[in-house]
Amino acid sequence: MIHTSHLVKQFGSFKAVDEINLEIGRGEIFGFLGANGAGKTTTIRMLCGLLKPSSGEIRIDNLDIIKHSEQIKHKLGYMSQKFSLYPDLKAIENLQFYAGIYRVSFEPALKRLEPILEQFGLSSILKTLTQDLPMGYKQRLSLVAALMHDPPLVFLDEPTSGVDPQARREFWQVINDLAQSGKTIIVSTHFMDEAEYCHRVIIMQDGREVALGNPAELKQEYGSANMQELFLKVLGVSDAKL
Amino acid sequence: MNVLKIKELSVRYGSVEALSEVDLEVQPAMVYGIIGPDGAGKTTLMRSICTLLPYQEGSIEVLGYDAASQAKEIRARIGYMPQRFSLYQDLSVQQNLRFFARLFKVNHAEMLKRREQLYKFSRLEPFAKRLTGNLSGGMKQKLALSCALIHTPELIILDEPTFGVDPVSRVEFWQILHQLKADGISIVVSTPYMDEASQCDKIVLLHKGRVIGQGSPAETISGWKGKLYSLTSRDLQKLYAFLQTKAGKDNLQLFGSEIHLFSEQELSSDKIADWQSEFPELESCVEIKPGMEDVFLRMMQ
Ligand SMILES: Nc1ncnc2c1ncn2[C@@H]1O[C@H](COP(=O)(O)OP(=O)(O)OP(=O)(O)O)[C@@H](O)[C@H]1O
Ligand SMILES: [Mg+2]
Repeated sequence: MIHTSHLVKQFGSFKAVDEINLEIGRGEIFGFLGANGAGKTTTIRMLCGLLKPSSGEIRIDNLDIIKHSEQIKHKLGYMSQKFSLYPDLKAIENLQFYAGIYRVSFEPALKRLEPILEQFGLSSILKTLTQDLPMGYKQRLSLVAALMHDPPLVFLDEPTSGVDPQARREFWQVINDLAQSGKTIIVSTHFMDEAEYCHRVIIMQDGREVALGNPAELKQEYGSANMQELFLKVLGVSDAKL
Repeated sequence: MNVLKIKELSVRYGSVEALSEVDLEVQPAMVYGIIGPDGAGKTTLMRSICTLLPYQEGSIEVLGYDAASQAKEIRARIGYMPQRFSLYQDLSVQQNLRFFARLFKVNHAEMLKRREQLYKFSRLEPFAKRLTGNLSGGMKQKLALSCALIHTPELIILDEPTFGVDPVSRVEFWQILHQLKADGISIVVSTPYMDEASQCDKIVLLHKGRVIGQGSPAETISGWKGKLYSLTSRDLQKLYAFLQTKAGKDNLQLFGSEIHLFSEQELSSDKIADWQSEFPELESCVEIKPGMEDVFLRMMQ
């Protein structure tokens, strides 16, 4: 589904992403982990075609992301880390707006997403102004907006930041269901328990890959009891603990 | 004297009651956590304390001043970091820190001392000259936190300060909060991270605008009734589906590579053996002590 080779992004003389090679399959839940500034968002934005790589190659479904950008655009949904809905529109109007961008008819799309709206407790607040929603609800709305056009490939950049523990579990229920239905999910997170739910993860540091693989196998390889421990070990800060 | 004293506070937005009859007290040199699900009223409560919202009933006393009539006195004495703190995107990291230091009238020597301590947690020093607009999301959050903490008022109010902050910096940030506390400063903080809630001296649990629990984390946890078990399997999803038929969905929660199972009574070893024979992939089932997250999830049901 996604293939990158020698992916690099440079801002001036600073390398934000440095030689990232990925091979991500259909139906996979692939996680990006790493400290602030490690290069997760920069990589994800390149994979979405929103940022041009300095060098290297990205292919989505065997299509070159630069040459076939229009075709690829409709295959992917993106929930940005930075909140990107209109605060002065009602929740439902934001969904309508997204349907418009992707040129899909609104009613059927809303109908298809009804179970998720229900699960997220969004059905009853659709007429609320987006700016009046609590942060956790804005995050849920953003996720639904990214799914309006039923894309086979979904990018979620820190979907659960600022979301309460119960809702985080509902996010992962939705993410699992989406993957089960054959969608490919790329997700970043700072919650290490969530890293356990990914099929595979990459841990980035200073733009580079420092670990990549299945959580169970990685834990075994590093002799760590859980992903939190593994994460701290891989980054060389094993003493940091709350 | 209490740093903060709230009595029977109710706040309404039009016809919506955002807070009802909230009572709480914060003593000096304490980290006080405001915990609750999305939409519980945490931000409303913090904004009321900061005199940024009118309230309909009750009273708020901050550092001995009345929030309704002495807003000016309160604002001069507290520090507040809202959920969305605006930095100047076209200033560098260093310039933003200097700007806020001046705004809060922090002298130069003090500023340098604080900045060094804050750089240690934020790891932003190598990027001191980078424009704020070009920082990653979490780096911006850490800079916002640093700007808010560049001065040291008597009371600091932080609304989800660790939003998007990575696990290592979160630890270092909490070390700073403990340091501030040791210096006699009081902190009111909201967070969706239950490991952070456990770090507070006292927490209040809000749900639908009401206080549903209050006390130290240990007290909150000791209110737990029933037993808790941790179960593992190579195929956690399958185990979850299996347990759902045995114990019901409401008693199950995913915790990374484990499933936590709530039971009113102790599980007999016969029962566990039965499960094991019916579901051979069940690797282990042991009783555990509940943590803050278990308590939170249980209380929300
Ligand atoms: N336009 C830009 N100009 C200069 N540097 C940039 C620019 N955009 C990003 N960077 C830098 O690239 C690095 C990687 O940023 P990125 O947003 O990818 O990090 P991240 O892993 O997503 O972090 P976070 O966990 O905080 O979201 C950071 O050091 C950031 O400051
Ligand atoms: Mg990011």
